Amino acid sequence: MTPTPANREVLETMSKLFVSLPHCATLGFQYLGTDGRKPVLKVEWREDLVGNPVTGVIHGGVITSLVDTTSAVSVTAHLPDFETIATLDLRIDYLKAATPGKAIHCRAECYRLASQIAFTRAVCYHDDPADPIAHGVATFMRESSRASMLQEPAQ
Amino acid sequence: MSDFMEKFAALRDSKDFAALIEAIPYARLMGVEIAEDEQGELLFSLPFHPRNVGNTALPALHGGLIGGFLENAALLHLMWHRESQETPKIVDFSLDYLRSGRSQTLHARCEITKQGKRVANMLIEAWQEDRSKPVAVARAHFLLS
Repeated sequence: MTPTPANREVLETMSKLFVSLPHCATLGFQYLGTDGRKPVLKVEWREDLVGNPVTGVIHGGVITSLVDTTSAVSVTAHLPDFETIATLDLRIDYLKAATPGKAIHCRAECYRLASQIAFTRAVCYHDDPADPIAHGVATFMRESSRASMLQEPAQ
Repeated sequence: MSDFMEKFAALRDSKDFAALIEAIPYARLMGVEIAEDEQGELLFSLPFHPRNVGNTALPALHGGLIGGFLENAALLHLMWHRESQETPKIVDFSLDYLRSGRSQTLHARCEITKQGKRVANMLIEAWQEDRSKPVAVARAHFLLS
C-alpha cells in the first residue's frame, strides 16, 4: 500500500512555499505532485542556467538546488504538523552529464524521520528515474528555527 | 583543447574575472564575483541579492544556491591552477551547512587538497563577515582526464 502524506495540508502548503521561494522561482522550479510521500519537482533547461557554455550542459549548482528543495519537500510529506527545517548536509553524486535542452526532474524520499533529524535521498533524471543523472542524500535539522517559514503561520 | 578551455586560458592570462563570469551563464545569474588577493589566491564573492533567498522569514540564502556558488568556485579555482586541455568534470560534491547565510556578501576560498593523474580533491569554505565563522564547508572530487 502506498503511504499517504502524514499531513496533507502541511505537504501542500510547504511544497507551494518551497517552489515559490525567490531562488527557486528564479530557477523556475515546478512542483509536479507527490506519489505517496515522494514528491517530484521539475526544472526546464534554460540558457541562463547553463554551466558549460560550449556544451550547454546545465550547471551542477542548479541540480544541487533542485535536490535540496525536493528533499525538503519530501520531509514535509512526513511531518505531522508545520515546522521549520534546515539542511544540515547534502551530497550529490553526478552520475552522468545532463542532456542540454531537456528538463530535469527530481524525485526525493525521506526514508527516516527521527525526532531531531530527517534523512533523505533523491534522484535527478530526464524521463526515467531508472536512468538517473544525479543522486543526492541529505539530512535536515527539524525545528531549526522558532521563526516559521510561513509568513502567516497556519493555525 | 575545447573552445571553452581556449577561451578560459585567454581570460586567465588577462585576469579578466568579469568576462570569465560572463562566460558562465549560471554564475552570472547567481551574481558571482572573483578577485585575487595579495598572495595571488582567488577570492570568490557573492554580493547579496533578493533572488538568491531560500527562506524569506529569516531571511537566509538558499542552501542550494550556496552549494552552486561553492561548486562553481571549486571548478574555476581548479581550472585556474591547472595547465590542462580538459575541462574537469565534477564527480561528487558534499556540503555541510554550519550557519544560515544572511543577507550579506558570501565569500569563498578553495584549496586543492590533492591533484592526482585522474582525480582532484578540493576543499571549499564559505563565510560572511567573519572568516572564523564559516557558513558552509564543502568537499568535491573532479575527474581530470
